[in-house]
Amino acid sequence: MRDVAIVGAGMIKFGRYPDKDVVSLAADAAIGALKDAGISINEVEMVASGNLYQSNAMIGQRIMKEIGATGVPVVNVANACATGSTAFREAYMAVASGMYDVALAIGSEQMGKMGLLGAGGGNRDYSTEGVMGTGLMPGVFGQAGVEHMRKYGTKMEHFAKISVKNHKHGVHNPYAQYQQETPLEDVMNARMIAWPNTLYMCCPTGDGAAAAVLMSAEKAKQHTTKPIWVAASALTSDPWQERNPTMFDVNTLTRNAAKLAYDQAGIGPEELSQVELHDCFATAELIHYENLGLCGDGEAGDFIDRGDPQIGGRIPVNASGGLLSKGHPLGATGVANILEIVWHLRGQAGGRQVENSKVGLAHVIGLGSACTIHIIKK
Amino acid sequence: MTQETASEEKKRNPIVPFLRIPEDPKEEPYLWGSKCKACGAVFLGERIACGKCGDTDPLEEVHLSDEGEIYVFSVVHQTVPGLEAPYVAAIIDLPEGVSVRGNVYGLDPENPSPEWFGKKVRMYTEKVRTDREGNDVIAAKFRVLN
Ligand SMILES: [Zn+2]
Repeated sequence: MRDVAIVGAGMIKFGRYPDKDVVSLAADAAIGALKDAGISINEVEMVASGNLYQSNAMIGQRIMKEIGATGVPVVNVANACATGSTAFREAYMAVASGMYDVALAIGSEQMGKMGLLGAGGGNRDYSTEGVMGTGLMPGVFGQAGVEHMRKYGTKMEHFAKISVKNHKHGVHNPYAQYQQETPLEDVMNARMIAWPNTLYMCCPTGDGAAAAVLMSAEKAKQHTTKPIWVAASALTSDPWQERNPTMFDVNTLTRNAAKLAYDQAGIGPEELSQVELHDCFATAELIHYENLGLCGDGEAGDFIDRGDPQIGGRIPVNASGGLLSKGHPLGATGVANILEIVWHLRGQAGGRQVENSKVGLAHVIGLGSACTIHIIKK
Repeated sequence: MTQETASEEKKRNPIVPFLRIPEDPKEEPYLWGSKCKACGAVFLGERIACGKCGDTDPLEEVHLSDEGEIYVFSVVHQTVPGLEAPYVAAIIDLPEGVSVRGNVYGLDPENPSPEWFGKKVRMYTEKVRTDREGNDVIAAKFRVLN
Protein backbone atom coordinates (compact mmCIF):
# COMPACT_ATOMS: atom_id res chain seq x y z
CA MET A 1 0.00 0.00 0.00
CA ARG A 2 1.20 3.49 -0.84
CA ASP A 3 1.26 6.54 1.43
CA VAL A 4 -1.79 8.77 0.99
CA ALA A 5 -1.95 12.50 1.72
CA ILE A 6 -4.92 14.75 2.45
CA VAL A 7 -4.33 17.85 0.33
CA GLY A 8 -7.73 19.52 0.21
CA ALA A 9 -10.39 20.15 2.86
CA GLY A 10 -13.79 21.76 2.37
CA MET A 11 -16.85 21.95 4.60
CA ILE A 12 -20.01 23.97 5.05
CA LYS A 13 -21.33 25.12 8.41
CA PHE A 14 -23.63 22.40 9.72
CA GLY A 15 -27.20 23.56 10.29
CA ARG A 16 -30.55 23.73 8.57
CA TYR A 17 -30.83 24.62 4.91
CA PRO A 18 -34.50 24.12 4.03
CA ASP A 19 -34.14 26.16 0.81
CA LYS A 20 -31.26 24.13 -0.60
CA ASP A 21 -31.00 20.54 -1.71
CA VAL A 22 -28.35 18.14 -0.52
CA VAL A 23 -26.55 18.07 -3.88
CA SER A 24 -25.87 21.80 -3.75
CA LEU A 25 -24.66 21.56 -0.14
CA ALA A 26 -22.29 18.76 -1.13
CA ALA A 27 -21.15 20.66 -4.23
CA ASP A 28 -20.20 23.63 -2.01
CA ALA A 29 -18.04 21.42 0.19
CA ALA A 30 -16.47 19.61 -2.80
CA ILE A 31 -15.55 22.86 -4.56
CA GLY A 32 -14.09 24.10 -1.28
CA ALA A 33 -11.90 21.00 -1.03
CA LEU A 34 -10.74 21.28 -4.67
CA LYS A 35 -9.84 24.96 -4.22
CA ASP A 36 -8.02 24.18 -1.00
CA ALA A 37 -6.02 21.54 -2.87
CA GLY A 38 -5.39 23.92 -5.73
CA ILE A 39 -6.79 21.60 -8.39
CA SER A 40 -9.82 21.45 -10.64
CA ILE A 41 -12.36 18.64 -10.90
CA ASN A 42 -10.59 17.54 -14.11
CA GLU A 43 -7.69 16.20 -12.06
CA VAL A 44 -9.90 13.99 -9.87
CA GLU A 45 -9.70 10.35 -10.96
CA MET A 46 -12.20 8.76 -8.58
CA VAL A 47 -15.05 9.96 -6.33
CA ALA A 48 -16.55 8.33 -3.23
CA SER A 49 -19.77 9.91 -1.98
CA GLY A 50 -21.36 9.14 1.37
CA ASN A 51 -25.04 9.85 1.98
CA LEU A 52 -27.35 7.78 4.15
CA TYR A 53 -30.96 8.94 3.86
CA GLN A 54 -30.76 9.18 0.07
CA SER A 55 -28.48 6.22 -0.46
CA ASN A 56 -30.44 5.08 -3.53
CA ALA A 57 -30.47 8.52 -5.19
CA MET A 58 -27.05 8.51 -6.87
CA ILE A 59 -26.00 11.59 -4.93
CA GLY A 60 -22.33 11.22 -5.97
CA GLN A 61 -23.07 11.37 -9.68
CA ARG A 62 -25.50 14.24 -9.17
CA ILE A 63 -22.78 16.20 -7.38
CA MET A 64 -20.51 15.59 -10.38
CA LYS A 65 -23.21 16.94 -12.70
CA GLU A 66 -23.05 20.13 -10.61
CA ILE A 67 -19.29 20.52 -10.33
CA GLY A 68 -18.05 18.82 -13.51
CA ALA A 69 -19.24 15.52 -14.94
CA THR A 70 -15.91 14.13 -16.07
CA GLY A 71 -17.05 10.53 -16.40
CA VAL A 72 -14.71 9.11 -13.73
CA PRO A 73 -15.79 6.24 -11.45
CA VAL A 74 -18.17 7.35 -8.69
CA VAL A 75 -19.25 5.10 -5.82
CA ASN A 76 -22.09 5.82 -3.42
CA VAL A 77 -21.57 4.67 0.13
CA ALA A 78 -24.04 4.04 2.95
CA ASN A 79 -22.79 2.77 6.32
CA ALA A 80 -24.99 4.22 9.07
CA CYS A 81 -23.32 7.06 11.01
CA ALA A 82 -19.97 5.92 9.60
CA THR A 83 -21.16 6.65 6.04
CA GLY A 84 -18.88 9.66 5.45
CA SER A 85 -15.80 8.08 6.97
CA THR A 86 -16.40 4.90 4.98
CA ALA A 87 -16.54 7.01 1.79
CA PHE A 88 -13.26 8.61 2.89
CA ARG A 89 -11.80 5.16 3.38
CA GLU A 90 -12.93 4.09 -0.13
CA ALA A 91 -11.09 7.10 -1.57
CA TYR A 92 -8.08 6.33 0.64
CA MET A 93 -7.96 2.71 -0.57
CA ALA A 94 -8.34 3.80 -4.20
CA VAL A 95 -5.14 5.85 -3.88
CA ALA A 96 -3.28 3.54 -1.49
CA SER A 97 -3.79 0.60 -3.84
CA GLY A 98 -1.99 2.46 -6.62
CA MET A 99 -5.01 2.45 -8.90
CA TYR A 100 -5.56 6.22 -8.73
CA ASP A 101 -3.44 9.24 -7.80
CA VAL A 102 -6.19 11.73 -6.96
CA ALA A 103 -9.49 10.88 -5.24
CA LEU A 104 -12.30 13.00 -3.86
CA ALA A 105 -14.31 11.92 -0.80
CA ILE A 106 -17.58 13.71 -0.11
CA GLY A 107 -19.98 13.25 2.77
CA SER A 108 -23.40 14.89 2.79
CA GLU A 109 -26.77 14.67 4.49
CA GLN A 110 -29.97 16.60 4.69
CA MET A 111 -32.04 15.64 7.72
CA GLY A 112 -34.04 18.77 8.31
CA LYS A 113 -35.93 18.55 11.56
CA MET A 114 -36.54 14.84 11.23
CA GLY A 115 -34.12 14.16 14.02
CA LEU A 116 -33.14 10.88 15.53
CA LEU A 117 -36.74 10.05 16.33
CA GLY A 118 -37.78 10.36 12.72
CA ALA A 119 -36.21 7.15 11.56
CA GLY A 120 -38.11 3.89 11.69
CA GLY A 121 -41.30 3.68 9.72
CA GLY A 122 -42.47 0.18 8.84
CA ASN A 123 -45.70 -1.24 10.20
CA ARG A 124 -46.60 0.95 13.16
CA ASP A 125 -49.15 -1.59 14.42
CA TYR A 126 -46.29 -3.95 15.24
CA SER A 127 -43.77 -1.35 16.40
CA THR A 128 -42.19 -2.49 19.66
CA GLU A 129 -41.07 0.99 20.69
CA GLY A 130 -42.25 1.87 24.17
CA VAL A 131 -43.97 -1.48 24.74
CA MET A 132 -40.95 -3.77 24.54
CA GLY A 133 -38.12 -1.46 25.52
CA THR A 134 -36.55 1.06 23.18
CA GLY A 135 -34.69 1.18 19.91
CA LEU A 136 -34.54 4.97 19.80
CA MET A 137 -30.99 6.29 19.78
CA PRO A 138 -31.20 8.41 22.98
CA GLY A 139 -32.37 5.36 24.93
CA VAL A 140 -29.92 2.96 23.28
CA PHE A 141 -26.99 5.23 24.11
CA GLY A 142 -28.54 5.90 27.51
CA GLN A 143 -28.31 2.16 28.19
CA ALA A 144 -24.69 2.12 26.97
CA GLY A 145 -23.85 4.81 29.54
CA VAL A 146 -25.86 3.06 32.23
CA GLU A 147 -23.80 -0.06 31.60
CA HIS A 148 -20.71 1.99 32.55
CA MET A 149 -22.56 3.17 35.67
CA ARG A 150 -23.25 -0.45 36.57
CA LYS A 151 -19.64 -1.54 36.06
CA TYR A 152 -17.83 1.42 37.61
CA GLY A 153 -20.28 3.55 39.59
CA THR A 154 -20.17 6.40 37.07
CA LYS A 155 -22.58 9.26 37.82
CA MET A 156 -24.85 11.32 35.61
CA GLU A 157 -22.61 14.34 36.39
CA HIS A 158 -19.70 12.67 34.62
CA PHE A 159 -21.68 12.49 31.40
CA ALA A 160 -22.99 16.02 31.90
CA LYS A 161 -19.43 17.37 32.22
CA ILE A 162 -18.70 16.06 28.73
CA SER A 163 -21.54 18.16 27.34
CA VAL A 164 -20.14 21.21 29.18
CA LYS A 165 -16.66 20.61 27.73
CA ASN A 166 -17.79 20.05 24.15
CA HIS A 167 -20.07 23.06 24.09
CA LYS A 168 -17.21 25.15 25.48
CA HIS A 169 -15.00 23.98 22.62
CA GLY A 170 -17.76 24.49 20.06
CA VAL A 171 -17.98 28.21 20.79
CA HIS A 172 -14.82 28.63 18.70
CA ASN A 173 -15.90 26.49 15.75
CA PRO A 174 -17.49 28.51 12.93
CA TYR A 175 -18.66 25.26 11.29
CA ALA A 176 -20.71 24.21 14.33
CA GLN A 177 -24.48 24.34 14.32
CA TYR A 178 -24.44 25.62 17.92
CA GLN A 179 -21.73 27.90 19.28
CA GLN A 180 -23.05 28.19 22.77
CA GLU A 181 -21.75 27.25 26.21
CA THR A 182 -23.91 25.09 28.42
CA PRO A 183 -22.99 25.34 32.13
CA LEU A 184 -23.21 22.15 34.21
CA GLU A 185 -26.37 23.30 35.98
CA ASP A 186 -28.12 23.88 32.65
CA VAL A 187 -27.07 20.49 31.31
CA MET A 188 -28.23 18.67 34.46
CA ASN A 189 -31.55 20.51 34.58
CA ALA A 190 -32.35 20.45 30.87
CA ARG A 191 -35.30 18.45 29.65
CA MET A 192 -34.69 14.71 30.07
CA ILE A 193 -34.64 12.89 26.73
CA ALA A 194 -33.61 9.39 27.82
CA TRP A 195 -31.97 9.00 31.21
CA PRO A 196 -29.20 9.88 31.82
CA ASN A 197 -29.05 11.96 28.61
CA THR A 198 -30.72 15.37 28.86
CA LEU A 199 -31.33 17.61 25.85
CA TYR A 200 -27.81 19.09 25.92
CA MET A 201 -26.29 15.63 26.08
CA CYS A 202 -27.86 14.66 22.74
CA CYS A 203 -26.43 15.86 19.43
CA PRO A 204 -28.62 18.03 17.24
CA THR A 205 -29.45 16.77 13.76
CA GLY A 206 -29.40 18.87 10.65
CA ASP A 207 -27.86 19.31 7.24
CA GLY A 208 -24.20 19.34 6.32
CA ALA A 209 -21.46 18.46 3.88
CA ALA A 210 -17.70 17.96 4.02
CA ALA A 211 -15.16 16.88 1.41
CA ALA A 212 -11.51 15.90 1.19
CA VAL A 213 -9.03 15.57 -1.68
CA LEU A 214 -6.63 12.64 -1.30
CA MET A 215 -3.45 12.16 -3.30
CA SER A 216 -0.53 9.81 -3.67
CA ALA A 217 2.70 11.11 -2.13
CA GLU A 218 4.21 11.97 -5.49
CA LYS A 219 1.16 13.90 -6.61
CA ALA A 220 0.79 15.63 -3.25
CA LYS A 221 4.32 17.04 -3.47
CA GLN A 222 3.33 18.86 -6.66
CA HIS A 223 0.60 20.73 -4.78
CA THR A 224 1.81 21.32 -1.25
CA THR A 225 4.99 21.48 0.81
CA LYS A 226 3.09 20.43 3.94
CA PRO A 227 0.96 17.36 3.17
CA ILE A 228 -1.07 15.73 5.92
CA TRP A 229 -0.80 11.95 5.96
CA VAL A 230 -3.29 9.17 6.56
CA ALA A 231 -1.31 7.00 8.98
CA ALA A 232 -4.09 4.45 9.51
CA SER A 233 -7.54 3.59 8.20
CA ALA A 234 -9.54 0.90 10.00
CA LEU A 235 -13.09 -0.30 9.53
CA THR A 236 -14.80 -2.93 11.67
CA SER A 237 -18.24 -4.43 12.19
CA ASP A 238 -19.70 -6.21 15.21
CA PRO A 239 -18.23 -9.50 16.24
CA TRP A 240 -20.75 -11.81 17.93
CA GLN A 241 -21.61 -10.73 21.46
CA GLU A 242 -24.10 -12.33 23.81
CA ARG A 243 -26.54 -9.41 24.23
CA ASN A 244 -26.21 -8.01 20.72
CA PRO A 245 -28.44 -7.12 18.80
CA THR A 246 -30.93 -6.86 21.69
CA MET A 247 -28.47 -4.39 23.18
CA PHE A 248 -26.25 -2.72 20.61
CA ASP A 249 -22.58 -3.13 21.45
CA VAL A 250 -20.74 0.10 20.69
CA ASN A 251 -17.62 -0.98 22.56
CA THR A 252 -16.18 -4.13 21.01
CA LEU A 253 -16.00 -2.93 17.41
CA THR A 254 -14.45 0.36 18.54
CA ARG A 255 -11.81 -1.51 20.54
CA ASN A 256 -11.11 -3.75 17.55
CA ALA A 257 -10.81 -0.77 15.19
CA ALA A 258 -8.53 1.05 17.65
CA LYS A 259 -6.19 -1.89 17.87
CA LEU A 260 -6.01 -2.16 14.06
CA ALA A 261 -5.43 1.58 13.67
CA TYR A 262 -2.71 1.84 16.34
CA ASP A 263 -0.95 -1.17 14.80
CA GLN A 264 -1.10 0.34 11.31
CA ALA A 265 0.16 3.73 12.48
CA GLY A 266 2.78 2.16 14.72
CA ILE A 267 1.84 4.37 17.66
CA GLY A 268 -0.10 4.05 20.89
CA PRO A 269 -2.82 6.27 22.32
CA GLU A 270 -0.28 8.10 24.52
CA GLU A 271 1.33 9.54 21.39
CA LEU A 272 -1.86 11.21 20.13
CA SER A 273 -2.04 15.01 20.20
CA GLN A 274 -5.84 15.00 20.02
CA VAL A 275 -8.95 12.95 19.26
CA GLU A 276 -12.23 13.59 17.47
CA LEU A 277 -14.60 10.85 18.61
CA HIS A 278 -18.23 9.99 18.02
CA ASP A 279 -20.11 11.86 20.77
CA CYS A 280 -23.62 11.39 19.36
CA PHE A 281 -24.57 11.38 23.04
CA ALA A 282 -22.53 12.41 26.08
CA THR A 283 -22.75 8.84 27.36
CA ALA A 284 -21.04 7.62 24.17
CA GLU A 285 -18.04 9.92 24.57
CA LEU A 286 -17.31 8.68 28.07
CA ILE A 287 -17.21 5.02 27.16
CA HIS A 288 -15.05 5.72 24.09
CA TYR A 289 -12.31 7.27 26.29
CA GLU A 290 -11.73 3.71 27.43
CA ASN A 291 -12.49 2.01 24.12
CA LEU A 292 -9.81 4.13 22.41
CA GLY A 293 -7.33 3.56 25.23
CA LEU A 294 -7.14 7.24 26.23
CA CYS A 295 -7.46 6.03 29.82
CA GLY A 296 -7.71 2.65 31.50
CA ASP A 297 -10.95 0.69 31.94
CA GLY A 298 -13.03 2.22 34.71
CA GLU A 299 -11.03 5.47 34.67
CA ALA A 300 -13.22 7.52 32.30
CA GLY A 301 -15.01 9.27 35.17
CA ASP A 302 -11.72 10.47 36.66
CA PHE A 303 -10.48 11.34 33.16
CA ILE A 304 -13.27 13.88 32.63
CA ASP A 305 -13.17 15.04 36.28
CA ARG A 306 -9.49 15.94 35.87
CA GLY A 307 -10.15 17.88 32.67
CA ASP A 308 -7.83 15.63 30.67
CA PRO A 309 -9.97 15.77 27.50
CA GLN A 310 -10.36 19.55 27.34
CA ILE A 311 -8.24 21.81 25.16
CA GLY A 312 -5.08 22.39 27.19
CA GLY A 313 -5.60 19.08 28.99
CA ARG A 314 -3.59 15.89 28.62
CA ILE A 315 -5.34 14.73 25.43
CA PRO A 316 -7.93 17.12 24.00
CA VAL A 317 -11.06 15.33 22.79
CA ASN A 318 -13.53 16.93 20.39
CA ALA A 319 -11.83 20.32 20.11
CA SER A 320 -14.39 20.93 17.34
CA GLY A 321 -17.14 20.92 19.93
CA GLY A 322 -18.03 17.39 18.90
CA LEU A 323 -21.31 16.33 17.43
CA LEU A 324 -22.97 17.85 20.51
CA SER A 325 -22.07 21.33 19.15
CA LYS A 326 -21.46 20.68 15.48
CA GLY A 327 -24.55 18.62 14.80
CA HIS A 328 -24.65 15.20 13.20
CA PRO A 329 -25.70 15.18 9.54
CA LEU A 330 -25.06 11.44 9.25
CA GLY A 331 -23.27 11.19 5.90
CA ALA A 332 -21.16 14.31 6.49
CA THR A 333 -20.03 13.56 10.04
CA GLY A 334 -17.26 11.08 9.24
CA VAL A 335 -15.51 13.36 6.75
CA ALA A 336 -15.90 16.39 9.03
CA ASN A 337 -14.20 14.58 11.93
CA ILE A 338 -11.17 13.91 9.75
CA LEU A 339 -11.04 17.49 8.43
CA GLU A 340 -11.04 18.83 11.98
CA ILE A 341 -7.81 16.93 12.65
CA VAL A 342 -6.36 18.21 9.34
CA TRP A 343 -7.01 21.84 10.31
CA HIS A 344 -5.34 21.38 13.70
CA LEU A 345 -2.29 19.73 12.13
CA ARG A 346 -2.05 22.65 9.70
CA GLY A 347 -2.48 25.18 12.52
CA GLN A 348 -5.69 26.50 10.95
CA ALA A 349 -8.14 25.77 13.78
CA GLY A 350 -8.42 29.36 15.04
CA GLY A 351 -9.71 29.86 18.58
CA ARG A 352 -9.98 26.13 19.23
CA GLN A 353 -6.45 25.27 18.01
CA VAL A 354 -4.71 22.47 19.89
CA GLU A 355 -1.17 23.78 20.20
CA ASN A 356 1.56 21.91 18.41
CA SER A 357 -0.73 19.10 17.27
CA LYS A 358 1.24 16.41 15.45
CA VAL A 359 -1.04 13.41 15.21
CA GLY A 360 -4.76 12.99 15.71
CA LEU A 361 -7.36 10.23 15.70
CA ALA A 362 -10.82 10.48 14.15
CA HIS A 363 -13.42 7.91 15.26
CA VAL A 364 -16.95 7.33 14.03
CA ILE A 365 -19.37 4.59 14.90
CA GLY A 366 -22.63 3.62 13.27
CA LEU A 367 -25.01 1.23 14.97
CA GLY A 368 -25.82 -1.96 13.29
CA SER A 369 -22.73 -1.76 12.81
CA ALA A 370 -19.69 0.06 11.42
CA CYS A 371 -16.76 1.71 13.14
CA THR A 372 -14.04 3.67 11.39
CA ILE A 373 -10.86 4.99 12.89
CA HIS A 374 -8.43 7.14 10.96
CA ILE A 375 -5.11 8.30 12.36
CA ILE A 376 -3.91 11.46 10.68
CA LYS A 377 -0.43 12.94 11.06
CA LYS A 378 1.83 15.74 9.84
CA MET B 1 -68.48 -20.90 8.22
CA THR B 2 -70.05 -17.84 6.60
CA GLN B 3 -68.01 -14.91 5.44
CA GLU B 4 -69.32 -12.64 8.23
CA THR B 5 -68.24 -14.89 11.05
CA ALA B 6 -64.82 -15.40 9.44
CA SER B 7 -64.17 -11.65 9.27
CA GLU B 8 -65.28 -11.21 12.87
CA GLU B 9 -62.79 -13.79 14.07
CA LYS B 10 -60.11 -11.76 15.77
CA LYS B 11 -56.64 -13.16 16.14
CA ARG B 12 -54.18 -12.59 18.96
CA ASN B 13 -50.97 -11.76 17.11
CA PRO B 14 -47.62 -11.52 18.87
CA ILE B 15 -45.84 -8.16 18.36
CA VAL B 16 -42.55 -9.97 17.72
CA PRO B 17 -41.93 -13.37 16.10
CA PHE B 18 -40.12 -14.66 19.20
CA LEU B 19 -43.24 -14.39 21.37
CA ARG B 20 -45.46 -17.44 20.93
CA ILE B 21 -49.16 -17.40 21.82
CA PRO B 22 -50.49 -20.97 21.99
CA GLU B 23 -53.85 -21.68 20.36
CA ASP B 24 -55.11 -23.17 23.62
CA PRO B 25 -56.03 -20.19 25.86
CA LYS B 26 -55.15 -22.28 28.92
CA GLU B 27 -51.52 -22.31 27.85
CA GLU B 28 -49.36 -19.32 28.73
CA PRO B 29 -47.63 -17.30 26.00
CA TYR B 30 -43.85 -17.61 26.09
CA LEU B 31 -40.67 -16.31 24.50
CA TRP B 32 -38.68 -18.74 22.40
CA GLY B 33 -35.34 -18.89 20.71
CA SER B 34 -32.88 -21.05 18.81
CA LYS B 35 -29.80 -22.73 20.19
CA CYS B 36 -26.74 -23.66 18.14
CA LYS B 37 -25.94 -27.36 18.56
CA ALA B 38 -22.27 -26.72 17.84
CA CYS B 39 -21.40 -23.80 20.16
CA GLY B 40 -24.47 -23.37 22.37
CA ALA B 41 -25.17 -19.74 21.43
CA VAL B 42 -28.83 -18.78 21.90
CA PHE B 43 -30.75 -16.36 19.66
CA LEU B 44 -34.25 -14.91 19.83
CA GLY B 45 -36.68 -16.51 17.39
CA GLU B 46 -35.74 -18.45 14.29
CA ARG B 47 -32.28 -18.63 12.73
CA ILE B 48 -30.92 -19.81 9.38
CA ALA B 49 -27.45 -20.41 10.79
CA CYS B 50 -25.44 -19.64 13.91
CA GLY B 51 -24.36 -15.99 14.06
CA LYS B 52 -21.59 -16.87 16.51
CA CYS B 53 -19.76 -19.82 14.97
CA GLY B 54 -21.31 -19.99 11.49
CA ASP B 55 -22.56 -23.56 11.93
CA THR B 56 -25.29 -24.30 9.38
CA ASP B 57 -26.96 -27.33 10.99
CA PRO B 58 -30.58 -26.62 11.99
CA LEU B 59 -30.69 -24.90 15.37
CA GLU B 60 -32.64 -26.37 18.26
CA GLU B 61 -35.72 -24.52 19.48
CA VAL B 62 -35.62 -23.43 23.12
CA HIS B 63 -38.46 -22.33 25.36
CA LEU B 64 -37.15 -19.26 27.21
CA SER B 65 -37.82 -18.54 30.87
CA ASP B 66 -40.43 -16.01 31.86
CA GLU B 67 -38.15 -14.74 34.61
CA GLY B 68 -34.97 -12.81 34.10
CA GLU B 69 -33.05 -9.88 35.55
CA ILE B 70 -32.39 -6.30 34.58
CA TYR B 71 -28.94 -5.85 33.09
CA VAL B 72 -29.18 -2.16 32.20
CA PHE B 73 -31.92 0.35 31.47
CA SER B 74 -32.76 3.84 30.34
CA VAL B 75 -35.85 5.87 31.07
CA VAL B 76 -37.24 7.22 27.83
CA HIS B 77 -38.98 10.58 28.21
CA GLN B 78 -39.09 11.80 24.61
CA THR B 79 -40.56 9.27 22.24
CA VAL B 80 -42.63 8.81 19.11
CA PRO B 81 -46.07 10.46 19.04
CA GLY B 82 -48.91 8.50 20.61
CA LEU B 83 -46.84 6.65 23.21
CA GLU B 84 -47.09 7.10 26.94
CA ALA B 85 -43.83 8.35 28.48
CA PRO B 86 -41.73 8.13 30.51
CA TYR B 87 -41.11 4.39 30.38
CA VAL B 88 -38.38 2.21 31.80
CA ALA B 89 -36.69 0.51 28.83
CA ALA B 90 -34.43 -2.30 29.99
CA ILE B 91 -32.18 -5.00 28.67
CA ILE B 92 -33.27 -8.17 30.45
CA ASP B 93 -30.93 -11.12 30.73
CA LEU B 94 -32.63 -14.51 30.58
CA PRO B 95 -31.05 -17.57 32.20
CA GLU B 96 -30.72 -19.33 28.82
CA GLY B 97 -27.92 -16.89 27.86
CA VAL B 98 -29.88 -14.51 25.67
CA SER B 99 -31.27 -11.05 26.38
CA VAL B 100 -34.50 -9.32 25.47
CA ARG B 101 -35.63 -5.69 25.36
CA GLY B 102 -38.47 -4.92 27.69
CA ASN B 103 -40.55 -2.26 29.35
CA VAL B 104 -40.34 -2.80 33.10
CA TYR B 105 -43.20 -1.85 35.41
CA GLY B 106 -43.17 -1.50 39.18
CA LEU B 107 -40.29 1.00 39.22
CA ASP B 108 -40.56 4.77 39.60
CA PRO B 109 -39.42 6.25 36.26
CA GLU B 110 -38.76 9.60 37.90
CA ASN B 111 -36.14 8.09 40.20
CA PRO B 112 -33.82 5.86 38.23
CA SER B 113 -31.41 4.11 40.54
CA PRO B 114 -28.39 1.80 40.51
CA GLU B 115 -30.54 -0.42 42.78
CA TRP B 116 -32.40 -1.48 39.65
CA PHE B 117 -29.39 -3.42 38.38
CA GLY B 118 -29.91 -7.14 38.75
CA LYS B 119 -33.54 -6.82 39.83
CA LYS B 120 -35.59 -9.91 39.07
CA VAL B 121 -38.46 -9.41 36.66
CA ARG B 122 -41.25 -11.63 35.35
CA MET B 123 -42.81 -11.53 31.92
CA TYR B 124 -46.51 -11.06 31.30
CA THR B 125 -48.42 -10.39 28.11
CA GLU B 126 -50.80 -7.59 27.34
CA LYS B 127 -52.79 -6.35 24.37
CA VAL B 128 -51.15 -3.07 23.36
CA ARG B 129 -53.22 -2.11 20.31
CA THR B 130 -55.46 -3.36 17.53
CA ASP B 131 -53.96 -3.76 14.07
CA ARG B 132 -55.61 -2.51 10.89
CA GLU B 133 -57.31 -5.88 10.33
CA GLY B 134 -58.84 -5.75 13.79
CA ASN B 135 -56.53 -8.30 15.40
CA ASP B 136 -55.18 -7.89 18.91
CA VAL B 137 -51.48 -7.05 19.05
CA ILE B 138 -49.93 -8.79 22.06
CA ALA B 139 -46.66 -7.66 23.65
CA ALA B 140 -44.44 -9.17 26.31
CA LYS B 141 -43.90 -6.84 29.25
CA PHE B 142 -42.04 -7.22 32.53
CA ARG B 143 -42.92 -6.59 36.13
CA VAL B 144 -40.49 -6.34 39.01
CA LEU B 145 -40.63 -9.26 41.43
CA ASN B 146 -40.47 -8.34 45.08
ZN1 LIG C 1 -22.72 -21.75 16.92
